[in-house]
Amino acid sequence: MYDTVIGLEVHVELGTKSKIFCSCPVVKGASPNTCVCPTCMGFPGTLPVLNAMVPELAIRAGLLTNCEITKRSVFDRKNYFYPDNPQNYQISQLYAPICRNGYVEIDAKNGKKRVRIREIHMEEDAGKLIHAQDGTTLVDLNRAGVPLIEIVTEPDMGSGEEAVSFLKRLRELLTYADVSDCRMQEGSMRADVNLSLKPQGSRTPGTRTEMKNLNSFTAVIKAAEYEAERQRTLLERGERVVQETRRWDEASGQSFSMRGKEGAADYRYFPDPDLPPLVTDEETIERIRTGLPESMQDRQERFVKEYGLQEKDAAIIAQAKPLADVYEGAAKLSGLPAEASKWIIGPTMRLLREHGLAADEMPFSSEHLAALIGLVRDGRISRNVAASVYEVIFAVNGDPENYVAEHGLSMNSDEGSLRTLIEGVLKENQSSVEDLRNGKTRAFGFLVGQVMKASGGSADPKAVNRILKEVLG
Amino acid sequence: MERVLENIRARSDLNAFITVCDEYALSRAELVKKEMGAGRMGGPLAGVSFAVKDNICTAGIRTTCASRMLRDFVPPYSAEAVRRLEAAGAIMVGKTNMDEFAMGSASETGCFGAVHNPHDTRRSAGGSSGGSAAAVAAGLVPFALGSDTGGSVRQPAAYCGIYGLKPTYGAVSRYGLIAYASGFDQIGILAASPQMIGDVLRAIAGRDEKDSTSKELPEGALSGIDLTGDKPLAGLRVGVLKDVKGLGPEISQALVSCADRLAVLGAELDTYELPGPEALGAYYIIACAQASSNLARYDGVKYGLRVRRDDLDEMYNMTRSEGFGEEVRRRILLGTFVLGRDCYESVYLKAVRTQQRIKRQYEELFGRFDMLLGPVTDKCAPMLGEASNRPLEAYESDIYTVTANLTGLPALCVPWSKDAQGLPVGVMLTAPRFGEERLIAVAEALKG
Repeated sequence: MYDTVIGLEVHVELGTKSKIFCSCPVVKGASPNTCVCPTCMGFPGTLPVLNAMVPELAIRAGLLTNCEITKRSVFDRKNYFYPDNPQNYQISQLYAPICRNGYVEIDAKNGKKRVRIREIHMEEDAGKLIHAQDGTTLVDLNRAGVPLIEIVTEPDMGSGEEAVSFLKRLRELLTYADVSDCRMQEGSMRADVNLSLKPQGSRTPGTRTEMKNLNSFTAVIKAAEYEAERQRTLLERGERVVQETRRWDEASGQSFSMRGKEGAADYRYFPDPDLPPLVTDEETIERIRTGLPESMQDRQERFVKEYGLQEKDAAIIAQAKPLADVYEGAAKLSGLPAEASKWIIGPTMRLLREHGLAADEMPFSSEHLAALIGLVRDGRISRNVAASVYEVIFAVNGDPENYVAEHGLSMNSDEGSLRTLIEGVLKENQSSVEDLRNGKTRAFGFLVGQVMKASGGSADPKAVNRILKEVLG
Repeated sequence: MERVLENIRARSDLNAFITVCDEYALSRAELVKKEMGAGRMGGPLAGVSFAVKDNICTAGIRTTCASRMLRDFVPPYSAEAVRRLEAAGAIMVGKTNMDEFAMGSASETGCFGAVHNPHDTRRSAGGSSGGSAAAVAAGLVPFALGSDTGGSVRQPAAYCGIYGLKPTYGAVSRYGLIAYASGFDQIGILAASPQMIGDVLRAIAGRDEKDSTSKELPEGALSGIDLTGDKPLAGLRVGVLKDVKGLGPEISQALVSCADRLAVLGAELDTYELPGPEALGAYYIIACAQASSNLARYDGVKYGLRVRRDDLDEMYNMTRSEGFGEEVRRRILLGTFVLGRDCYESVYLKAVRTQQRIKRQYEELFGRFDMLLGPVTDKCAPMLGEASNRPLEAYESDIYTVTANLTGLPALCVPWSKDAQGLPVGVMLTAPRFGEERLIAVAEALKG
């Protein structure tokens, strides 16, 4: 019998406006080589200047994961040749990373569990290679110099599920602190899984492999299961596990060997002489600690206190910061926090599911949600119409005011036109009018329905009720 | 300005320039004249022409590092030092020849051929800023920028009989200086007078946001010092290097006579000793290590030379083999070796510790002294080709200059005398951090 032992190396793209060592903007989906300058293209004579937001966010991450903050942190060069790496060295940290010795508490099978953090270091991302159809390879350096932190854990997780539990907790901490948007599907959070097997009761760790290219939680679980099984089979056959890097292939549900560690490159790390050591004093650490944005827990509790939400609703809304932000914005703009909560818990959660979106991918803005709530509040559309409108404009974040106007959905409460409509309906339904006079109150509802039908659904039901009562005396 | 350009053309035998930018210089001269006429530009450098070593970037003007790798490289930006000089009204006339990527001590490893010494054209002008030194010594420009990583400003200044300042590390922005060894590289000044050195320093020194290693200068660091009177150097404690073996007689004599002169001017003299031969090893290990990483970017992918091959590794290999000369390849290989996992601790870190020890030794020395006097080189300008034939000997000849780079201290080459053949002999003054003005003032006093 073997125990699975998992450690993670998690790369997180920091949510800064500009790159780590130059002032180029960080823009997702920009045309190739439009967010570049001589510095991030590795031109001769250029020098790196550290973006002050990078250590700020890295220290936030460190504080949230209970790390010690290194007072004198140093950037090192990692030397290797590759065309997506314009200087042919990556500025990273090896000898004195910004944070060390932390831990994160996660939910495991038997209650809470501590996963220790070995270190967090800052580094620059590389560019991207695009392999064209004619066999040439093109280089896009938009991503070169985008700031990253790498969070390295101790091998403290016992299953793919625990690894995912850790990643989810990390995502919660980092998104709420505005460190990163942590979207695995977009690559702003990437996890490498180091996995080994250890005979139960033994203290000696087994040989580990490193698995790359895991871009979803499901992939982490599947890859961990696959790798544990692969190693178990080897060991039971009396064979050895080779220390190597493996690439997970989502489509086939298998992993493939990339390269052995023995033959691994020698990165010739040494301190980067272009960047002085980063000195962080106690005062700075305290400033960052006290300035930490609200945690998920705090926000949830505040939603209950400030907006009178049910605890379970607050938990649903606060599960992802983008969703909580949309909720709170809409609650404030509309002045109807309870109403806003109904829209999130009901239609929004359902629409997210239907569109295959995660809670942190909420496409609809708080301004538009507030506008939708306002339209119902002002009696300009019925709740049912609002729900249908939401269905249509949700994914594209359409403007509800515009949509209602363009499609003539605004409710008719015009006295004159409604009276004409009602008189026509009454003429055609004399028998129902008789019934009503004879005390069959149900006939009133029938008549309201007929009026609504005749208006094509655009009549304001409240106005119809009032005028109908008047006319029938 | 036409005359300056004509003079440069007339001395093409020196091979001091890689690029002469006639049109640029003429249009700049026109512009500066207009600005000066309108009273918008003045100061000591307005209208003064200068040359720039070809490893310092100049926007729109090719910057080659005297290497086949960058033969046609035109940077879209200028070095901060150049920008500041142009803002002060100085007019750049051309880019000077050098050793390839500043690696060498005779200005003969570059792909544009060797620089000739104006005092004897069969001899080397020194290196790696040989073109800048020759241009100033021949009177083609009043001053030139060079770069000093292990003596590359001071040594050619000594061979050519002019002043050469290596400022304190961090005093002048390295932005736009194409890196050789980032921890030692410093832009320096070559000129025919201490006064010109001072004027240029005041224009280019000071913190630059684009270079994280550039420093805010202490207050008054750039206020000229006026030493007058009978004994202008009274109270100045000068350490004189104890007689060392291997120094040429003309160099020893120059040191003695310079020390005598300092004493006459009122300085208090005592002797000091060189930190030891391990300084040279530490210097070459660290410099080559950094160079191996700094020069990795020249790979044929983005700019510069590309030797086309279908296979990526082959393109890298061919491009770098053809693009770099022998000396550059030698230093890249050495640097790659000392950073390897088997050497990092035992070689690289050991060199760094040696560097730290030498720094402490100099701190102690400057507890006893205000200034140090020593040689720049062990002999006068060698015949062309001598250095290339004996690379190790050439490395050894840097022993007197590298300590200023290891410690980051400012040092000035002062032209002092001539040997029997009429070749210039220089001496070197070293000061504590940001002591440039003191160096310049003492050099001025020594002129008498």
